[in-house]
Parts: sequence; C-alpha cells; structure tokens
Amino acid sequence: MGLRHQAILTSVMAIFLAGCGESIDPNEPQGFIQAKGSDTMVNAIQMVSEEFMKQYPHVFIAVTGGGSGVGIASLINKTCDVATASREMKPKEIEIANKRGVYPKEIVVAFDGVAVIVNKNNPIGKLTIEDLHNIFTGKATNWKQFGGRDLHIVTLSREVSSGTHMYFKEEVIQLGKKDSKEEFSGETLLLTSSQAIVEEVAGNEEAIGYLGMGYLSDRTKALQIAKSAEAYSPNIENVLKKTYPLSRGLYAYTDGESQGIVKLFIEFTLSPAGQKQFAESGFVPVQVSPPTTGSQSSTGETVAR
Amino acid sequence: MPAETNESTIRLCVRPEAQESGFYASVKRLWRRISEPIIELCIRLSGLIVVIFVFLIFLFLLRDSLSLFRDYPLAQFLFGRKWLPISDPPQFGVIPLLLGSLFVTFWAVLICVPLGVGSAMFIAEVAPKALKNVLKSFVEILAAIPSVVLGFLGIIWLGPVLRDTFHLSTGMCGLTGSLLLAFMALPTIISISEDALTGVPRSYREAAYGLGATRWQTLWRVVLPSASSGIVAAVMLGIGRVVGETMVVLMVTGNAPVIPTSILQPVRTLTATIAGEMGETVGGSEHYYALFAVGLVLFIITFAVNFVADLFLRRARK
Repeated sequence: MGLRHQAILTSVMAIFLAGCGESIDPNEPQGFIQAKGSDTMVNAIQMVSEEFMKQYPHVFIAVTGGGSGVGIASLINKTCDVATASREMKPKEIEIANKRGVYPKEIVVAFDGVAVIVNKNNPIGKLTIEDLHNIFTGKATNWKQFGGRDLHIVTLSREVSSGTHMYFKEEVIQLGKKDSKEEFSGETLLLTSSQAIVEEVAGNEEAIGYLGMGYLSDRTKALQIAKSAEAYSPNIENVLKKTYPLSRGLYAYTDGESQGIVKLFIEFTLSPAGQKQFAESGFVPVQVSPPTTGSQSSTGETVAR
Repeated sequence: MPAETNESTIRLCVRPEAQESGFYASVKRLWRRISEPIIELCIRLSGLIVVIFVFLIFLFLLRDSLSLFRDYPLAQFLFGRKWLPISDPPQFGVIPLLLGSLFVTFWAVLICVPLGVGSAMFIAEVAPKALKNVLKSFVEILAAIPSVVLGFLGIIWLGPVLRDTFHLSTGMCGLTGSLLLAFMALPTIISISEDALTGVPRSYREAAYGLGATRWQTLWRVVLPSASSGIVAAVMLGIGRVVGETMVVLMVTGNAPVIPTSILQPVRTLTATIAGEMGETVGGSEHYYALFAVGLVLFIITFAVNFVADLFLRRARK
C-alpha cells in the first residue's frame, strides 16, 4: 500500500518538476501515461516506469494499483492508457469493451506463480490443490486435518476486484471447471491489498492466504503445492517449467495497437531493461521463457513480443 | 452622554460622499438600493441549490438502482442471503451487508453514547473553565484525525490486541471496526450534547439548587432531562456518521460477506462493499447497478437517521 502511494506521489512530483524544466526538443518523446490495474504487478510496473522515465525524462507515468478488474474497467471506461492485469480479460468484458469502441490488445509482460502463504510457526510445508480447495471452500476448517496443530483455519483472500482472486477462484475453488458452482467459504476474509494479506499472515498462526510471488518475503512461509504426487515450491524455475501448479501470465492491455509513447513504454517493458525489473520484483521474465506460452490474445491477435 | 451619541449618529448618516453629486455617487446610491435584494436572492439560491443537489442525488441513485431490478428480482436483492457479485450467475443479496452495517453500528453506538454523553456532562457542568477549554480543543483535534490513519492503527495495533484478548482466530472483526467508529463518532456526540447541556437555562439550575438538590441531583434529574432532545439529536447524528463511514471498516473488519451472529466475527458493511467493488465494475453492468442499489439502501438509512435527529433538534429549540 505504501509503495502504491509512493508511486502516485513520485508521478505527481514529476509533473511539478517538469514545470520548471528548460525548453524541450519537440522531437523528443513527451507526454503522460496512466497505467492502472493489478495490485500484484504494481511494484514491478512502478520500477519499470522509473527506469523508463530515466531514459525519457519528458514522459511521465502514473502507476496505480487497485486490482486487475480496476485496470480493465478503467480501460473500458477510457480512463487509463495501459491496464495491467494478472488474469486474462473475460469474453464478457471484451464484449462490453467492443460495444464502447475499445479494442483491447493483450501483451504478456511476465509470468508469475500464485504463492500460498502461512505463518512461519505453522508446521505444514506442503498441500495439494485438493487440500487448498477444501480449505478455501470451508470444507476443512482445522489445521489438524492436514497434520498441523489443533487450530481453526482462517482463510484470507483478496477483494473481488483482484485478478489473483479470479485466478485462484478458477483454479482452486472451481478446480478449473468453468461450470462449477463452488464459492469461497463465506468466512473468508476479503482484504484490500496483497500487503494486508502479508501483515495478517505474519501475525496470525491460523491464517492462510494467497498472493503473487512478488510479495513473498521472510516474514511468511510459502507452501509447496502439489497437483498430483510431486509438490513444488513457487520459484522462478518451477514457474518456467510449469511444474508449479499455480502458474499464470501477467498481462498489459492497451486500446488497440499501442501508439506513440504508450508503444514506447510497452516495448521498454518487454526489453531486457524492463524485464530485469520484473525479475527483481520476484516475477519470471517472458524472455527466458519457452516461446509457446499458449496465451491467446483476446481480440484474436497474436501476442506481441 | 446622550448628546454625544446623537452627534455620532448624525455623523454616520450624513457621510461626506453621500452629499456628493455626480455619476459616481448616483451609481453608489443605486447600488445601495439594489444590493440588498441581490444578496437576498443569492442566499436564497444557495439554499435552494442544496435542496436541488440532494434531490438530484436521490433521483440519480434511484434511476441507477432501479436499472438493476429490470433484470434482477427486487425480493432477491432485499432478502437474499448471499452476496456473490462475480459468480455466474451473480447473487446480490443485501442481507449480509445490511446486518454487517447494523451490527457494527449497534456496537459502536453502545460504546460511544455513554462515553460521549458522559464527557459532554463533564465538560459542560463539572470541569473548571481552564480544563474545559483544553478538553474542548482536544475533542476538536479528535475530529480532525483522518479515518485512514485510524484504520491503519486498527490493522497494526487494535486488531492483534483484540485477537489476543478474546482469543479470536483473527483481529479483523466487527468489534475492531466498532471501537474505531465509536472513536470517530465521539467528537460529534460530545460537541452537540455539550451545546445542548450549556443551553439549559440557568434558572433551572438555580431552582434545583434552591430546593436543596445536590450538584449531581441537579445534573442528573434536571439538566440532563431538559437537554434530552439535543442529546438524542447528537446521538442520531453520531449514528449517521458511523453508518456512513467507509475507510475504517473497509480496512479492519475483514469484509467477509457472511451473515453475522456475533460482533467478534468478520463482517462486511454496505459502505465497504461499495468502496471495495466500485473500482472494478464497468459502467452499465449488473454489478454496477447492484452497488447503486446498495448505495440507495445506505442513503435511505442515513436519511432516516438524520430526519429523526432533525425532529429532535427542532423539539430542543422550542
């Protein structure tokens, strides 16, 4: 949350500082980009923007979080230039966008694993997807059932605007079945940011939560997750090899083919300098990944690289 | 003395520029004649504008909420027990949210009314003048604390403390929210009750003392009952503040859309739902209209509370 505010502050300050700048070469790229969306990606995108602004000092980028849904809604409502999302746009959203004359173009900017975290004092080290399903739907309510201590399980989730929430719901709650009617247990706490989940898990032995790999730290313990027999840790290697079961793409959406400074920014994000920032934030860069990502652009176009 | 007064009055009436003739002076005279109606009109307009705004807000809310009920049955909204906005098909049952708001408000009121009225009684009747001024300015400072700061305190300090005290599984529960909201409503309750108590005529107290009542008896049996309408109004305005507060509850109550049975459980309030979900909805979608309908429910509640408060304030003035 702090970083997000800092992000806004830096951009605002940048605008003020721009006011006292000397005359600008008209051929130099200049302008203002609004990037909004995924809370998972906000720190990484902020770091990319800072690098970008170092290279193009007359372009200012405001980075805001709030959740993938917020970014996508802003893109549709035409209040941002780049929507960042930790999930793909839903067909329904694309339909609404097209109706309003917005044609989202999808770009995969990095890969991520959704990590499941527990308190450091929790003896449990690994769970299966099935276990997670039972925990988050409320079918299992005590850590004893999984070999832990006799404690109630407190499930933490992000708000419904979060792309990670959507992803987790599809993969764990519905177990990948689109027509599944399963829901998060009513007892699940819906927190407004990934940082809030870290805080609660770090201070509560009974808690279990999920978040993007970029938010992993020593303050919480990430569980190994198993789909069948073998359990894997959420790390770069396992996400790249797709052995970690909760791996996903991170996306950026623009309205139509990006142009001008927005295009420059997207290119920069995919360049080694931009990808380095994702790697430093704990995500997996797209460049070292196998070329077949399987992600199809929602508008039918191929993914830009 | 009288002569002196007369002289100054005359000097006031016959100011030198008023005697001047010419264009400038006549404009000034004209202005003096028409300025009063203009100012009156402006004041009347600003009063009307407020009324129009409230009316338009209500119409806007009503229009967008009614759009929901074209596709979604009203009964299912009012009596639905599940709030699952992004499921397929979505469920917009307002009951868990409404109960969440009511639970949090009830407990906040239970905590802040005795405290608030008590402090008001102390400030108005008991405290010596110097202390009174200090206390009053502190109450004002209390009102100036931003709610997000209180919410942050709730997350890092109050939540964990409550969790350990009551052996809860999480500190993000209704009580954390209630306590912080009580804290936020205190300044409203204290200053309005204090005004009401100070407004009780001096003769009441003198009569009570004259009958041999002690200070406590006077305060409890004479002053407090005569200020009661003002105090009820203060409480109602406090409730209005608690019901409508968003940031604190969004941050500390856990936001689980479950029908609450205890204040020590996580709850999701009407306000937190709107704040938490509005950002991701696309204008014109069912979810968007559902949030407007939630807003309408909230508007009706605060309107009713304020209306009752106003009734009591009117009675207090009579």
